[in-house]
Parts: sequence; structure tokens; C-alpha cells
Amino acid sequence: MSDLWPRIEPLLARVEKPARYIGMEMGTEPGSLAPRHGSSRAAFLLIYPDTYEIGLPNQGLQILYELLNEREDAVAERAYAPWTDMEAAMRAARVPLFSVDTHRAAADFDVLAFNLSAELVYTNLLNLVDLAGVPVRNADRSPSHPVVIAGGHCTYNPEPLAEYVDAFAIGDGEEVIGEIADVVGAWKRGGRASREAVLRELATIPGVYVPSLYDVEYEGPVVRSVTPRYADVPAIVDKRTVADLAEWPYPKRQLVPLVEVVHDRLNVEIFRGCTRGCRFCQAGMITRPVRERPEEQVRTMVREGLRRTGYDEVALTSLSSADFSGIEGVVADLVTDQEGTGGVSVSLPSLRVDAFTVGIASELQKVRRSGLTFAPEAGTWRLRQVINKLIIEDDLYSAVDAAYSQGWRRVKLYFLTGLPTEMDEDTLGIAQLATNVTDIGRKYTKQASCTVSVGGFVPKPHTPFQWFGQNGVDELQRKITLLRNAVRGTRAQVKWHDPKATFAEGIASRGDRRIGRVIERVWRAGGTFQEWSEGFSLDLWLDAMRAEGLDPDWFVTRHRTRDEVLPWAHIAAGLHADFLWGDWQAALAEHGLPDCRWTPCYDCGVCTDYALEHVVASPVTPAGGSQGTGQDLTRSAVDVPVRFLGSKVRS
Amino acid sequence: MRGGAANPVRLRYTKLGKVRWISHRDVARALERAFRIAQLPLAFSEGFSPRPRVSFGLALSTGHESDAEYVDLVLAEPVDLDALPSRLDAGLPEGIAIVGAVALADRAPALQEAVTCVEWRVDVAHGDLTEVDPARLREQVDAALAEPVLEATRHRKGRDVIEDVRPVIRRITVCDEPSAAGLPTVVEMEMSTQPRGAKPGEVLAAIGDFTDVRALRTYQWIERDGARQEPLDADTRPRVPEACAS
Repeated sequence: MSDLWPRIEPLLARVEKPARYIGMEMGTEPGSLAPRHGSSRAAFLLIYPDTYEIGLPNQGLQILYELLNEREDAVAERAYAPWTDMEAAMRAARVPLFSVDTHRAAADFDVLAFNLSAELVYTNLLNLVDLAGVPVRNADRSPSHPVVIAGGHCTYNPEPLAEYVDAFAIGDGEEVIGEIADVVGAWKRGGRASREAVLRELATIPGVYVPSLYDVEYEGPVVRSVTPRYADVPAIVDKRTVADLAEWPYPKRQLVPLVEVVHDRLNVEIFRGCTRGCRFCQAGMITRPVRERPEEQVRTMVREGLRRTGYDEVALTSLSSADFSGIEGVVADLVTDQEGTGGVSVSLPSLRVDAFTVGIASELQKVRRSGLTFAPEAGTWRLRQVINKLIIEDDLYSAVDAAYSQGWRRVKLYFLTGLPTEMDEDTLGIAQLATNVTDIGRKYTKQASCTVSVGGFVPKPHTPFQWFGQNGVDELQRKITLLRNAVRGTRAQVKWHDPKATFAEGIASRGDRRIGRVIERVWRAGGTFQEWSEGFSLDLWLDAMRAEGLDPDWFVTRHRTRDEVLPWAHIAAGLHADFLWGDWQAALAEHGLPDCRWTPCYDCGVCTDYALEHVVASPVTPAGGSQGTGQDLTRSAVDVPVRFLGSKVRS
Repeated sequence: MRGGAANPVRLRYTKLGKVRWISHRDVARALERAFRIAQLPLAFSEGFSPRPRVSFGLALSTGHESDAEYVDLVLAEPVDLDALPSRLDAGLPEGIAIVGAVALADRAPALQEAVTCVEWRVDVAHGDLTEVDPARLREQVDAALAEPVLEATRHRKGRDVIEDVRPVIRRITVCDEPSAAGLPTVVEMEMSTQPRGAKPGEVLAAIGDFTDVRALRTYQWIERDGARQEPLDADTRPRVPEACAS
């Protein structure tokens, strides 16, 4: 258990941004959360498989870090992917992957725990396991090697990494991490005897999936079944859900890095889950139901967080922050609190598209009024009904009008392309919306501009679009060109995501176990940092598919049928297959589905199967209306299956 | 000026140990956070986007350490300067410590213009990090300094340029033999900062196959009228309780 710092420091003079590797974040100093090791403590290395700047702010990882270090029988440190220059220096000097907290070798931990937020980081996971000196395939590991586990949204389809990760934790991590620590701690104190034994034990924890304990059978190219090999291993692994966010006011001590990172501010999660029901959105589907944090707890976390960290910016995070019941009160308090001080700026990521939201934004950003972002996602009302992003054009225009009239000059609009049923008139509709938006802006300022940002749509597991055949590279490129031509000569600008990267993401997103070897080949061919344009190469992926005898189009652009066993069918997010299929058919029929927070339950399966309920502070729809959902909001609140904060009784 | 009387203050701080790997900009951000954590009553600039009135001295390169860094700030109201170092300590990373605070005269010249000379204590090795023989180093330093021109390769705005660094060098003293095997050879370097300075490593590489393994800034000097003072002794006001002019 030696400190590798004396061997790391000589490398730092030769690499970019050496501070990525020193740790020293505020919150880790001795006496606070500083990791304390011991022979009876299960030692976790929490790893974000991307650069320090991307990984450090990850709230999930920080929550687990705190929870583990609060325990008497566990300890956690953190590691991030060294950039290519540092990796080369480390390999040349035979320095293994290390923690940034105490610069301890990764192989000295009992667990390597990865956060998987994006599929294109999969090759980085393999690279980091290898850099740790641990065999990349789980079958090659011995009891002397750490257990490799993974959590995060991507693990709802764990199959592509089934041969590489020992155990996956599906869903919210707050509770399951403690149960994993119990099992690993007992294994450690028992001398880390059998690897099989600890994996069998982990598989008994609800929410934990141990892929090596399942057999996969194929029928031709299609999965026929995924079957547990032992009676005590569950056939279906259900996600874990924290019922009440109020019991988990974490992170209590958000880490403050010394280097600039993304989202470099205090982040306070105001609710988890979203039932707006956007059909393309995996996060909204897998994190149900809605669980709001009590308004008073939000206030406390903001106030204490700002005081402790010295940050002058706070983000109130969620999947749709203006939907928070207490948003007006919290905003009013923040505005009052900052009067007379240097000023704290508040951001609300994931803004809803309506004038009310702009009103809030204008309250919050009295000074730094640079740009405002909205996400209509599709160019026509028809297609927005297909994807269930029910924003009527007037909502968008009134939002934009409010923004420009209140001093914003730049409006950014997010769209997806390659959506189900998308036609060229939908693509041209994006150009029309953008043109109308700039026309509105020019009423107020000649400098009005509008940036259209277009991402390629990748169908994700556990969504109604999981059966949809993704658009290929050429088709996405054609649509992007069509859009670019259509906005030529206007004041709108188009930015787009590389359709080749979208394709590679498609391979990993809905892949089965056979895709694992493809990922391994891409990694062995040097393909790390695939989510970075300087590292990405589709050719690496296509070459690897060819070498494995797999057809990329079969995995990416093929429509799935209802009877096909999807590779992730044994992982449950609580959404009934019938519900998802019905919602897919409704999408094709261009029918929208209202938000169940304010209308009767349509039984997606999550609340009923898991005995959960929405936790909201208010039975009324969010201030500012229903975002043009057209849903009937006059119904009495008693129809709505929600639990009101503080009442603890089911309505 | 918002909020009445201005109280300009100069702080001296260190950058030692692991934290030497953060950039000058990162140090500035860490100090500004520490000021907010300590709820220091900073004065703010006027205008549409008010900024705290904080101005940093000479930049310290990433990787270099220092016993003698300085920052000037303006407070909206007087504070107890003796208590200031410990008050700020809680919000600062290990290795960055406030070691002095003085009240500054109004309209004191900015640090970046006022400081004209800095001193370094540098551990020297060959380019391949092998040990240096002090006697040989001394010979090469003497030979280099005897020439009118010393060309160094400097990395500027993404490309290498050749510059004469001889005018920058005031003094280079190779210290006595290392007292034990494995200890580095140490040199003291005194260098001008105006109109532009140079990094110790750039000067060493210009002299021969040498590099700085560790560079510690030991002094910054303000030179006026033939005398020199450290920044905490120049342009300061006597330490008497502030009279509150409002």
C-alpha cells in the first residue's frame, strides 16, 4: 500500500494540466472526508472513465464517496482517466492507475467501481482496468484482483460489458452501495478467498447483476434467453430506487477542485425522476417516479453549500428544473439572499420552454445575461407528438419573445435528428422555427442570433423507441446537409454532432454480449477517449465489427420486432414491456401522452410494481402551466397517486 | 467605489508542495473562494458586471513553488489584519498559506509594475535528470555570464522563440557541494522582471545541459532610488487602527 506520489511527480512536468493528478480538492483535507484505510475496511476506488475535468463534478460519484467514507467499515478514493500524454508517461515509467486522494495503486483496492454515463467511454473502462494491472476480462481475474463493478445510466444495458465487469449496480446507488460494502467487507476480512463466492454473494443483493452467473443463448443472431445458472440468482434484476430524496441530502460536502472543471459550481439536486414522458429520453424513463426534495432542504443545502465552498454559482439540478413545486419560493429566496453581496448566480439546467421559465431565468441572471437554451427537440408539432415533447409553437415563440425582450441576445435551440417517422418537412421545420425565432429577436435587437444544435438520435434501452432502427451515417448526414442548406442566408447558425460518433454510440447502446469483443478490439487498436473528437474513429469500430463477424447495421439500423428478446430484457427499470410497446405504437400514431403527475395513472409499472409513489410538494401543476401539453388540468388532485411532502400518507 | 471608504490590503502567501502543480489562474480562483468563505468584505468594481477588486502580482508558473507571492485587494471596510491569515486559512488548500497582511497606501503602484527583481532557489539536474557536478556547473555559469549575449529557447504562444536572456540575469550563485550523495545541486538566481523576465529553467538550459528539478521563488523586490524593499514593506501604511471615513 505504498504512496506512488514520488514516482508520479517527476512525470507531471511533462504533461498537460498536471493538476488533474494531484487531488487536494476542498473537502478531502485531513479531518474532513479524508479516506482512512484499514485491514477491516472495504476499500473502493471510485472511477470516472473520462478526464478529471469531466469526471470530478459527477454528483453520483461524489455521493457514493461521502457515503462510503462516513462508514466505519469502508473507505473510498477517486480516480479519473489520465489523458493520453499522462497515460504514455505512466506506462513508460511503469506507474499503474492511481487514486488522486492518496496516490495509491488501483490494484491495492478491493473494488474498482466505475460510473458509466455514456457508452463511448466503454473503451476507457477497459483501458483503466488494464492500467490498474488487472486482467480486462472478468474470467481471467483471481482473488488477488479487485472486484470490478459499474453503475450509472448505461448499466441498464450491461451486456456489452458482461465479460469485463464483475457486477453491475442498477438504479439509485445510495442504498445499494452500503449493501455492496457489507459483502465486500466480509470477503476482505475473510482473507478474500474465493472470487466466485463474493460474486455469488453480491448477486443476492437486490439491484446487483453479476453477468458471469447467467448463460446467454442465441437463436441465429438474436438472443433467445438469458438464464441464471443458480437458483438463488434472480432471473430479473430490478433497479434500486430511493423512495424519498429527503433522507439523502448528499453530497453534504461537495468537493471543490483546484482546477477548472465542467459544471464548476455548487450543484443541488432538487428532484430525481421525470414523468414528462419524452419517448427518446432514457433518463426520464429509467428514473421514475418523481421524487422532490423538500423545499426547506433545498434552501439549507444551497445556503450551507455556498458558505462552505466559496462558490459564487449554484445550479438547481434535475431533469426539468422549472417543474419543481417549490421553484418560485426557492428562486425568490436566492434572489433576496444575494442582494447586497457580491452576487451569486443561479442556473437551472434543462429549462422548460415557456415564458414562465424565462421569467425565472431573468430573476436569476440579473447581470450575466448571455445566452438562453431551449430544447424543442423536433421541428414540427407532428414529430413532437411522436416523441411526446409536447411544446406548441406559441410556447416556444412566447418564451423566445420573453427572452429577447428581457435582454438576452443569443438563443440556442436543441434538436434531435434521426427520430422515428422523421421526414424532410420535419427537418425543414427546424429551419423554419429558427428563422421565426431570429425574426422575433430582431424586433428587439439587431444582434439577435439563434444557434441550432442538432444531435443524432440513438435509441436507448428501456424507452418506447428501443425497437426503432437508428438512422445510418449517410441518412443523418443528408438531413444535416438539408438543414444547413435551408438556413443558409438566415441569421441562424447550425451546429451538429458527428453522425459517425452517433453510429458508434448506437453499436454500444443496444448491443449484446458479443459487442464486448468489439469494444475490446477498439481499445486494443488504441481507441480510447472515443467521446472526444480527437480520439474518435468510426473505422476502429467497423474494423472490429468485421473482425468479430458482426453486421453493424443489424445492431444499429435494424427495426426490432415485438417478439424479439432484447439483450437487456432481464434488467428491469420497472416499465412494463406492454406499456413501452403501447407507447411506441402511440408514437407511431402521433399520439401524445400526458404527464402522470397531474393526471390519473396510466400504469407504466414503476409505482405499482415497486410500491413507490411520486413525492411532490404540491398537487397543482407547476407554475407557468403545463408546457402546452394540452392535458386537462382541472381534475381534482385526489385522482392523482402522489404523496405530498410532509404528509407521509398516500392520497 | 461602492460602500464608502477603500481599504487597500496587500497579502503575502506561499505555494508549496503538491499544490505547485496548479496554474496561476487556479491559485487566483482558490484565493477568491477563500475570501468568500471567510466572508471578507471585498470592495467591488463599478459597472454592469461588478468584480471584486483583487489584483495579483507576477504570475508563478505551474510547477514552481514560492515563499513570496503577493496579492492586493480592496476591502469595503477595515478588518483585523493580524487575524486575517488564520481567518483565510480554512478556505485554502495545503501549501497555500497567507503569511503576512499589511494595509496599503492609497494608489500604491500595482505589484506587476512595482516588482522589478525576483530571487530563486533552484535544484539543478542535467536534462536527463542525472546529478550535476557543482564545480562544472560553476565553470559553465561563469563562462556564460562572461558573454554579452545568452540565447535561450522560450516557449511563447505555442511556439519556440530564441531570445537573449543575458539582460535578465543579475546573479547566479552555485551553492556549496551537496552535503550527501543523492542531494541536488542548488543554485540561487536573481533575475530582473522588467521589461520582461525569464524562467529559471530557460536560463539554465541556455547555460548548458541543465534543468530545474525544483524552483522556489524566495524573494520579490521593489527597487526604488537605489534601495530595495519586499512588497510588504513598500507602499504600506502604518499599522494603526483604521479611522473610518464615511
